[in-house]
Formats: sequence, C-alpha cells, structure tokens
Amino acid sequence: MESLDPVTLARIQFAANISFHILFPTISIAMGWVLLYFKTRFDRSGDAAWLDAYGFWVKIFALTFALGVVSGITMSFQFGTNWPGYMQHVGNVAGPLLAYEVLTAFFLEATFLGIMLFGRSRVSNRVHTLATFLVAFGTTVSAFWIIALNSWMQTPAGVSVVDGKVHVQSWLAVIFNPSMPYRLTHMLLASGLTVAFLVAGVSAYRWLRGDRAGGVRHALKTGVTLAAVLIPLQILVGDAHGLNTFHHQPAKLAAIEGVWHTERGAPLLLFALPDEATQSNRYALGIPKLASLIITHQPEGEIRGLNEFAGAHPPVAKVFWSFRVMVAVGVAMLLASWLAAWQLRRRGEPAPWLTRVLVAMTFSGWLATLAGWYVTEIGRQPWLVTGILRTADAASTVGGGMILSTLLMYLALYAVLLASYVSVVFYLAKKAGQPAAANLEGVSA
Amino acid sequence: MNAELWLPVIFAGLMAISLLAYVILDGYDLGVGVLLPLGSDSQRDTMIASIGPFWDANETWLVLGVGLLLVAFPMAHGIILGELYLPVALMLLGLILRGVAFDFRVKAQAHHQPAWNAAFAAGSLLAAISQGVMLGRYLTGFAPGAAAWGFALLAGAGLTAGYVLLGAGWLIMKTEGELQQRATRWAQRALLGTGLAVAAVSIATPLASSRIAAKWFTLPDFLLLLPLPLISLALFVLLAVSLPRLAARQAAGRDSFCWLPFAATVGIVLLSFWGLAYSVFPEIVIGRLSIWQAASDAEALWVILIGAAVVLPAIIGYTVFAYRVFWGKARDLSYS
Repeated sequence: MESLDPVTLARIQFAANISFHILFPTISIAMGWVLLYFKTRFDRSGDAAWLDAYGFWVKIFALTFALGVVSGITMSFQFGTNWPGYMQHVGNVAGPLLAYEVLTAFFLEATFLGIMLFGRSRVSNRVHTLATFLVAFGTTVSAFWIIALNSWMQTPAGVSVVDGKVHVQSWLAVIFNPSMPYRLTHMLLASGLTVAFLVAGVSAYRWLRGDRAGGVRHALKTGVTLAAVLIPLQILVGDAHGLNTFHHQPAKLAAIEGVWHTERGAPLLLFALPDEATQSNRYALGIPKLASLIITHQPEGEIRGLNEFAGAHPPVAKVFWSFRVMVAVGVAMLLASWLAAWQLRRRGEPAPWLTRVLVAMTFSGWLATLAGWYVTEIGRQPWLVTGILRTADAASTVGGGMILSTLLMYLALYAVLLASYVSVVFYLAKKAGQPAAANLEGVSA
Repeated sequence: MNAELWLPVIFAGLMAISLLAYVILDGYDLGVGVLLPLGSDSQRDTMIASIGPFWDANETWLVLGVGLLLVAFPMAHGIILGELYLPVALMLLGLILRGVAFDFRVKAQAHHQPAWNAAFAAGSLLAAISQGVMLGRYLTGFAPGAAAWGFALLAGAGLTAGYVLLGAGWLIMKTEGELQQRATRWAQRALLGTGLAVAAVSIATPLASSRIAAKWFTLPDFLLLLPLPLISLALFVLLAVSLPRLAARQAAGRDSFCWLPFAATVGIVLLSFWGLAYSVFPEIVIGRLSIWQAASDAEALWVILIGAAVVLPAIIGYTVFAYRVFWGKARDLSYS
C-alpha cells in the first residue's frame, strides 16, 4: 500500500478529475455524429419521428456537453499545479498540442453549440445542420489533439532530448507517433460504443414503459445496430493496439498478461491475484499458450516478463484487473448487441428480458472506457513520458494537506453530479413519454 | 529583431487579450448569475435565456488564457496557480456548479429547480469573488499578511461588483419591460459598488507596491497615463447620469440607448485592464519573474503563433456570427 505522500495525492486528484471529465467527452464525441445522423435522416425523409429522436437526444447532449466543459476547465489548471515538471521538460511538445486543441476545437464546438441548441428558429435549416456538423467535428478534432499528446507520452517519437528537455525534430513524427493511430481509433470506437449503449439503453427503458413512438423505435434500432457494427471492429482494433503495446511498451503488456518472468507459451490468465511481494500470481487460472498465440501469433512465442523491467514497471494487479474488466464488458457488449440486432431483425422488437439487459447496460461504455484508460495510464507508470520523464520528477511542491482537502471537495462534488446526471437522463426519458401538455421541457433550456 | 525578445511580448499580449475577452464575456454572464435571485420566477427564465447560447464559448476564453499561460509561460503557471491553489479550487467549484446548474435547473424534476437556481447563483458568486481574490493576491505578488489579504478581499468584492454591473448592463440591453427596469436599478447599485472598488484598488495598488507607484507617478509617464483615470471617471459619470434617465425613458416605453450602460461598462473594464497591464508589464510574477524569464522555448512559441495567427481570426469571425444570430432582445430558449 502506497502512503499518501503529495505525489500520490496529486496523482489521485488528477486521476479523479480526469476520470470524471472523460466520461462526458466520451459521450459527446459520438453523440454529435449520432445527432447529425438523426437530423440528416429527418431532412431527407421528412419523417417527424427522426426529429423526435433528435429533439430528445439533443437535450442529453446539452447536459453532457456542459459537464464536459466545466470539468475540462479544471484540467487546464491542474496540468500546471499538479505537474509543474511536465511543461518544464516536455513543454515543447505538450504546449503546442494543447494550444492547438483549444484553438481549433474548443471554440468551434462551444460557439456552434449555442446555434445548434437554440438557433433552430433563427437560422436556416441548412445552417443549423452545418452547426450540428461543426459541433460534432469540433469534438472529434479535440480528441485528435489530446490523443496525439497522450500517445506521444506513451510512445514518444520525433524529438531529441538535451539536458532532460525535449526538442521537436519532426512534428509529423510527434503527432503520428507509433501508438497514436491505434489509440485514436480505439478511443473513437469506445465513444461510439458508449453512445450506442446509452441510446439503446435509454430507448429500451422507454420501450419497457410502453413509450413506443416512432422516435423511440428509430433510436433503439440506431443504438443496437451501431453497437453491433462497432463491437467487432473494436475487438479487432483492440487486438492491434495490444500488439502495438507489445512492441513499444513491453512492461505494460507484461502487467496486462501477468507475466512475471519472461516465458514462452504463456497462458492467457482468466483469473489470478498478482502479488508484487512474491513476484508471482496466486490462484492463477488460465488457458495454456493462448496469450503467446494472441500476442506473437505463435503458440510458443516469447513474452518478456516484468523481471526485465525491475524498478520500472507499473503496479501489476491494477493493470491486470482493469484490463479484464474492460474485456469482460466488451464480451457482454458483443453478446447483447448481436442478440438484440438479431431479434430486432427477426421480430421487430427485442425480447423483454433482453430489453432489461440493455437498460442495465446503459452506461456500460463508461465502465469499459474508464477501465481501458486505467490500463493505459497506470500501465505507463512509473513514467509520465516513457523513457524521458518519471511521474515523481514532475510532481508539484504544493502541500499534501492542501491537495487532500481540495481532493475531498472534488470527490463530493463529482459524486453529486454523477448521481444527478444519471437520474436526470432517466427522468427525461420518463417525462418524454408523457403527454405534451404536461411536458414543458425544452422551454428555456 | 531577435525572436527570443519579442515572442514573449506577443504571447503576453495574446494572453492578456484572452483574459480581457474572458472578463468581459464571462463577466456579464457571471453577473447575470449573481443577480438571478433578485428576479421573479419568469424573469429568471428570461435572464438565463439571455446568456444561454453564449456561456459555453465565453468560458472557453478562460481555458485559452490559462492555456496560454501554461504553454507560453509554464514557470509562471506553476508559481501563480500554486500560490492561488485555494482560490482557484473555489473558483472551479463555482464554475462547475453554475455550469451544470444551467442545464439541470430545467431538466431535473420540478421540485429540484429552486436548489439548482440557488446553485447557479451561488456558483456564479463564488467564481466572481474567487477571481477577484486571485487578482488581488496576484497584484501584491502573493505577499503574506493581513493587509495583503484584506486587499485581495477588496479586489474580490470589486470584481464581483464589476461583473454585476456588466450583467445588469447586459440585461438592460437584452430584455424589456419590468425586468429591464429592475436591471436598471440593479445597475445603479452595482455602479456605486464598482466605483468605490475601482477607486480603492487604484489607490491601494501603488501603496501596496512601490514598484508600481514608481511606474505611474514619474514624469512624463504620469501625464501620458492621465487619460486612463480621467476617461474612466468620465464613463462613471456618464453611467451615473444616464441610468436614471434611461429608467425614465423605459417607463415611458422608449428603448433607445439600451446598449449604453453595457458599452460604457465595457469601456471601464478596458481602461482598468489596460491600467493593470501597464502596472504589471513586463513582469509576469510580480517581483520574481519577467515574461522573458518565464517564457517557453522560442521553437514552441513559433509553432503556437502560426496556429493562432491562422485560427484566431476565424474564431473571432464565427463568434461575431453567433452573437448576430441571437441579436436583439432575448426570447425564451427553445430547442425547436
């Protein structure tokens, strides 16, 4: 157990803030495109049910976007307060990438959001559709820059290091560093899946309540189909991302697979309790040779163990279990979405039990996305920037007491906001099914 | 000329412009938030509707300003925000509360609405006071002691009064009828508070810092700078005279010059900001760091400057477009 020194506290505080923040962009990135899809379907077909779907989901989008903006402001302050060494050492890379994110994405999305939400009666339909597109585009551009920076921290490229400070040799190599295409695709698909299950889950909830208007049916079908299409792609991309990690961050991969000592024919562990003290797994249950087969594509392939990275590998159990949570949710997503898609095709509606499963999985994307980020971020430790800057060397001198008290404040706030968000999403779903006279929603927003 | 010399100056300028844009733009919507409890139920909806389409983008200027501090002057970002850790945390708490309350107040169950209204007003007030305290702490160079903290609290009250004046001016411009008349009265009270605060900060700043006093009270600088306080004073007088007259015109059903209070307040903000910038420049952490000592490498600044030169005009362009779309008196916000 690590003690609560200022570095650990700074990490916990940063992790709490960024974990809370990422929940909302994960939804708003793909939700922007789903809204554009609803809007375009309405424009083409004139079917008012598509406009209903748009009208319902744009409210949830507005709420999600607001939470993303305000929790994101926190990040711009904490980069410097919690990690002053970060900009000092790698500012030549991080500075421009962060600046480009603000300049090219944040203003675009925030400004056109106003027109997208409240401007329908004030601009032409085409301008409104364009505004919707620009908001979706802005969220995606934002993801591009921040993932480029995060990936560069994982697999730095395109720089030279002089006296501990990086200098850019090639911006193309910095931005399109080895893990960037994989991580970006993986994250965009994660966003798509999170939204697919959110839309399917909330629509399933309305469906169960007998609210089966055309817009609900459209949204249910869109969510289920999107999930069913994206999940196999995500599994393929996740596998490719794993291979990339094997080549570029072998210590992280060893922690994911729980390989303590370099071995050939490593088993795929389904369950184990990794033990740092004895450098071994307790109660290991695995499928022989499968890890080697998946990662090296040979049953006897060699996986480098944690013993080769003594003193410079991540905490094993956290990475090991986060990975298994992510994969388990992925498997559940595959089963639920394919079964639901099949039933929708065959019978026009999912069976009641499966509809309940979809409701239960409304926020399953959050779980998988957070678990995935824990794998990649904890898996990067003890490095902040792999091979260049250690986390401990970037930490701040702000006192532990100050960090702890503000951390508790943030945690309390986030707990309230998260509970409010989830309950309001379902409350809006409940209210949307009630007669229009009782439904004053949408007025002054 | 040598880039290491002028790049930091350009970035200090860009950062100042971002923060100025933030103070004016989020200033009016924070001010409307502080005023919210004074409105009746239906007036509250109109007040919120008047800022609804803009507040997201307004807050983005803070992200840009602090982002520029981070990327262009990283050493100063660490020192300043480390020193301001507590007021920054409180400001963030306030901004988060009001940002989410904005959406929750109309989307949550009806009986939760008063609580979210309160959160919106309290969050706005907390953010405004915290920002003023941050400014006050910054101007004294984070000096310890009761006097320095007293000055910071004074700045907190002053900036809040200024935001309320901006917010009231915005409401006079964007609303009509009874709400507009109330806003005119709010503006008159806020004007008094703002005037006292600006005067107090103007007197206290040179007293608190001999360095700043030396910059202002030497010839010929003093004569060149004299227009700043004089024009500010003229604008205050203009507001003091015109607000009662506007109230009378509104009562008679005439709405011309409804933009005047907001425009005059923006003028006061511009002049005050320019005065502060002159006091501080070329230091970035007063008494400790100049902008050149704190600046990032020229190689990073070049890359950002090129991006900013291309993108900033576009940002300004579509921001103007968004304000034109919602030009005129605020109507009830509707998604349809």
